[in-house]
Amino acid sequence: MIKKFSWKALFLGLAVFVLLLFVPRYLPRFQVYLFALIFATGLLAVSLNMVLGLGGMYQFHHAVFYGIGAYTVALFITKTSLSPWLGFIAAPFVSALFSLVIGLICVRLSKLYFGMLQISLGSLVWAVVFRWYSFTGGDDGIHGISVPDLISSTGGAYYFSLAVTALCLVIMFRIVNSPFGRSFQAVRDNPERSEAVGINVKRIQLTGMVIAGIFAGVSGSLFVVIEGSVFPELMFWTLSLEIIIMCLLGGWFTFLGPMLGAAIIVLLRTFVGIYTEYWTMILGIVLMLLILFLPQGVLGFFQEKFETDGMKTIREEK
Amino acid sequence: MDFASNITLSALFQQTLVGLSRTTILFIVASGLSLILGVLRIPNVAHGSLYMIGAFIMYSVNLFFGGGQAGFWIAVILSPVAVALISLAVERGLFQHLYEREHLMLLLFTFSITLVFGDLVKMIWGSDYRCVDLPSAFQGFFTIFGFPFPRYNLLLIIIGPVVAFALWFLTNKTRIGKIARAAAVDREMVGAVGINVSLIFAAVFVIGCFLAGLGGALVAPTQNIRQGMDHAIIIEAFLIVIMGGLGNIWGALLGALIFGLTDSIGILVWPQFAIVFPYVVVVIVLLFCPKGLLKSTW
Repeated sequence: MIKKFSWKALFLGLAVFVLLLFVPRYLPRFQVYLFALIFATGLLAVSLNMVLGLGGMYQFHHAVFYGIGAYTVALFITKTSLSPWLGFIAAPFVSALFSLVIGLICVRLSKLYFGMLQISLGSLVWAVVFRWYSFTGGDDGIHGISVPDLISSTGGAYYFSLAVTALCLVIMFRIVNSPFGRSFQAVRDNPERSEAVGINVKRIQLTGMVIAGIFAGVSGSLFVVIEGSVFPELMFWTLSLEIIIMCLLGGWFTFLGPMLGAAIIVLLRTFVGIYTEYWTMILGIVLMLLILFLPQGVLGFFQEKFETDGMKTIREEK
Repeated sequence: MDFASNITLSALFQQTLVGLSRTTILFIVASGLSLILGVLRIPNVAHGSLYMIGAFIMYSVNLFFGGGQAGFWIAVILSPVAVALISLAVERGLFQHLYEREHLMLLLFTFSITLVFGDLVKMIWGSDYRCVDLPSAFQGFFTIFGFPFPRYNLLLIIIGPVVAFALWFLTNKTRIGKIARAAAVDREMVGAVGINVSLIFAAVFVIGCFLAGLGGALVAPTQNIRQGMDHAIIIEAFLIVIMGGLGNIWGALLGALIFGLTDSIGILVWPQFAIVFPYVVVVIVLLFCPKGLLKSTW
């Protein structure tokens, strides 16, 4: 996951960004919408990978923070008369708060117990949202949310998602390569030794969770801009597992792998969904084959083929 | 808000009995999950799908035999057996190659099976709601202490402890149960003394899935059989297993009891948020006993 800064990567990233700027001019609206959805979903997957891949924590219910971010924006716009932009600023903070509370309760445990406790807390949040008709709209959710004019068109939503996603990716990349990112990875690979050299394991893990929660909240707020609605399925546990699949699909020892995984899943759902209503079966079969034959993910597979830096040793140590 | 407005003694009594019959279903499903988790160490998300398949097969077999007393019982027996056969195929075909993988991979793998099974059920039975009619012997009510109580729910309350005893007997008094418990602790050692651990694991997996099918078959007459019941039950079953202690049968019973009762009593207290109560209880329990109420086998 750790990757040294290189001019080549920076140039490549900038080139892709500039290319993406021209997408709304040449592609039909539906495809522009799909691109925006891929940005939001990809940001969500990369944020999960911050804890799952980098920290090795079993973050089983990441979708909760995504849903919280989306609901924060939706409720800000529909229930208050404040500026909608404040909602976008509030979303990551509210997600961070939930992340902190859930994290404080969960980090005492590890591995499967951590994951299960997180699922139960997340299900609690889901159940409240699912039933609180007067506030969250219950199982119907909230529809027809009017986001600010600037970003309400497909093109506007696209540019907003692109800008926010790019900014978040840069920040996350910096975090991954910061001293914090290194310690987080050390905790993943060997918690006992990290503890011994003076790293506060639980605090590092909690910080990681909060950071991931913040970016999940941002991605949730993008979802509101793109779709204009929120519903409780955004924080149902099946979505959480789907995000984990995205990370696995792209490769969770790479930084941008989850982005690729998200793109594959979103495109698969859209285009297979046109031909058959049984697209989840296709997804299931793909996932099965993936686990049986390609556990390091698509991007991980290619990296292994073409690169011989420290990646391999990291994987083997794990 | 109609907070706690309809709590009367009669309602309380009735809801307790309803909660107990719900407990039976939850226990049967959760104990199978717990067995597989405890011995095979597989967090089997597909357990919920098998439960749903059990319910749908129950519907079809019952329909095939024209309902009635005979058809009902044949269906109750046949559908768990069918589910067990499906799980045998899955275990021999797929799982036995994956036991060495880490839990996250196993969880995702079982989730992929859930996705496939979910769509298979949609293909075979369609996405309409289905109902199973009870045979006449179980329709109507018993009167207990002057309160009416559905006969079928009473049957469920009796079946629960029977299954619990059968499971206890199986794991503690039979050879296969003892080997399975030993294999849960140290798989290699059991293999070293000349026992075919792979077959034992297959047997445990099939028994666990049989219970999922049984739960599905028994729940069929009490609710609509529909898509999505797999996602609902599996999360409840997982929480029960975690709350009770991984791999502990009595823990599963205790957890199911707590879950079922808080759910049914919660409806009286605050109907709108009834589904929230069990989750709150689970969180409280896990706050104080993070590894579950009873000793886990892990």
